[in-house]
Amino acid sequence: MNRDSLLAQTGWLALALLLALALTVIVALPAGAPPLETIYVLFKGGVSSWSKIGRVLAGWVPLTLCSVGLLIPFTARLWNIGVEGQVIMGAIFATAALRPFENGGGTGVIILALAASMAGGALWALLAGLLRVFGRVHEIFSGLGLNFVALGVTLWLIFGPWKRPGVASMSGTKPLDLSLWLPRLGNLSVSWVGLGLACAAIVLVYFLLYRTKWGLKMRAVGENPKAATLFALGPRRRLLQAFMLCGGLAGLAGATQVLGVYHRLLPNISSGYGYTALLVGMMASFRLPLVPFICLFFAILNVGSIQLPLQLGLDSSLSGVIQGIMVLSLFIVQGLRLWLKQRKEND
Amino acid sequence: MDTFALTIAAILMAGAPLVLATLGETLTEKAGIINLSLDGSILLSAMAAFACSATFGSPWLGMLAGAGVGAAIAGVLGLIGIYLGQSQLAVGFILTLLSRDLAYFLGHNFSRQPGPDLGLWTIPGLGHAPFVGLIFGTQSPVVYLSLAAIAFCWWWMYRTEGGMRLRAVGESPRAAFGRGIRVRLVRLYYCLAGGALVGLAGGAYSLAVKPGWGRPQGCEGAGWIALAIVIFGGWHPVRAALGAFFFAALQVSGIYLQEIFPSIPAPVFQVAPFPMMILTLLAVNMGRMGWVQDIVRRHPFLKAFSKSWSIEAPAALGQDFDPKKGL
Repeated sequence: MNRDSLLAQTGWLALALLLALALTVIVALPAGAPPLETIYVLFKGGVSSWSKIGRVLAGWVPLTLCSVGLLIPFTARLWNIGVEGQVIMGAIFATAALRPFENGGGTGVIILALAASMAGGALWALLAGLLRVFGRVHEIFSGLGLNFVALGVTLWLIFGPWKRPGVASMSGTKPLDLSLWLPRLGNLSVSWVGLGLACAAIVLVYFLLYRTKWGLKMRAVGENPKAATLFALGPRRRLLQAFMLCGGLAGLAGATQVLGVYHRLLPNISSGYGYTALLVGMMASFRLPLVPFICLFFAILNVGSIQLPLQLGLDSSLSGVIQGIMVLSLFIVQGLRLWLKQRKEND
Repeated sequence: MDTFALTIAAILMAGAPLVLATLGETLTEKAGIINLSLDGSILLSAMAAFACSATFGSPWLGMLAGAGVGAAIAGVLGLIGIYLGQSQLAVGFILTLLSRDLAYFLGHNFSRQPGPDLGLWTIPGLGHAPFVGLIFGTQSPVVYLSLAAIAFCWWWMYRTEGGMRLRAVGESPRAAFGRGIRVRLVRLYYCLAGGALVGLAGGAYSLAVKPGWGRPQGCEGAGWIALAIVIFGGWHPVRAALGAFFFAALQVSGIYLQEIFPSIPAPVFQVAPFPMMILTLLAVNMGRMGWVQDIVRRHPFLKAFSKSWSIEAPAALGQDFDPKKGL
């Protein structure tokens, strides 16, 4: 497939996009959505002002952290569906690290919280990995189960030990002291620390996977686990490492949500980024260079969709529908391509 | 005694949609296809079933719509996974997320609206029977539907020729192909049939167990539990149904536990089945781990126990079959 010319590749991509557009219109029409206006509102809601672009970038940071992290286990052909739970655990650990500093703290405290969040995410991922290695529980189920457990822990903390003095509600814990907020980029609602972390994660993962022996072995494990066992590449240990690295990055995403976006712990702290990141990974066919751009596109959709209920009376979950349809269309077009190729070979 | 009977009645009711979903997935996986879209499918078909019955005033039409939607989603998976050779896991997962968002998007206008539900059926004469009367005398139709589905699935799988073909394409598609069975087509049929059952499960949620539609509906996550129960049930319809009732019992006892421990916030009990799901999978799968097998070898009396737990997945589960590549 790599031998296809750039033109053919672009053609197939365009076909996938057209298919996605057509499918979106088909499913959106029954809900009374005028197609062109909906798309216009979606994009205008995402990029029409600097403050909206700030919010897009604020969504881009955790999404990129999760998606880039996911490339590591996927290289070893592992499905880390537990990213969502790892984000939540990261947020919980970060909040736990910040709680003793209710009256304020400095840069050191923020760094402590970031480190704690990575530990939390990595720990939660390690649990899924251990269940897989020592218990044969498929990582899809352990990851998913742990997502829900993490959600349960958050709810218990918010309504129990960490409840706001007076009322416990879905609105979360007491807001953090202003000195513990991540510094903003100008007037935008995105922090330069978060942006820096996301960019660093991209570079780190690229370096790890494509420029180190570790990454080479990881890819070998993914390509052929049996051979990897024979060549003593230690697939089990590598598998756990891949999970923990991914979990650490996901945990960091949770910390950016707590420190940079919501400034407290909420039940919805992960905002579904863990699941969206899996879509991003599939859409990019797990090719690192594409990931940041797809994340940006998905983040624009997410922010833009907030305008849908206000302007058109539609549910904001349309952004998720479009994201899902796009990835599905890509799979359909890939499949058609394969099918045509096989037919040609048979003739 | 009465409380016990009523608890069993409640478990049967709470378990009915889980049983339907589990049986549907068991059928699909027996044919060698993993349909990971269960969670979203249940939600979207629950929405469709409620919307249809609210619009046309007929809950049974709603159930039909639910089954249709479930089959349609499974059909998409079947076409892309079986005929276009894409990863079943990946497509199934995308479909889960897609159908979930689609359910919320399309169901926006039906949110928190009144609509008919399936109500209760009373079997004449049975109500006066001592214990059984309390359980089955007056029950939701979905309970009878789920019990009938268990019997039907078992009979179909193990007592008919169609069931033999079903197992053949899941265990050994090449041999089945050699025998003249159109493997891909059979797989697609069971994908559709399984999806329809999953759709009925969605309808059972929104029209009987948790009547109504909203965000959240209350059946979020049920699909994932059902997927795990299929493994717990060892791809056997009766054992899978027992697993479904076991989880329903957990959910029902969660409501009681909430009364006993009022200090624990209610939402925490909603996630209680998930650690249980992981633990049951652990228990079911551990028997095949090397280090566990070593222990069993050293202590022969454990063998009988481990055998009763051991299960085998359909041999060709999740694998493509391309007839053009031949035998």
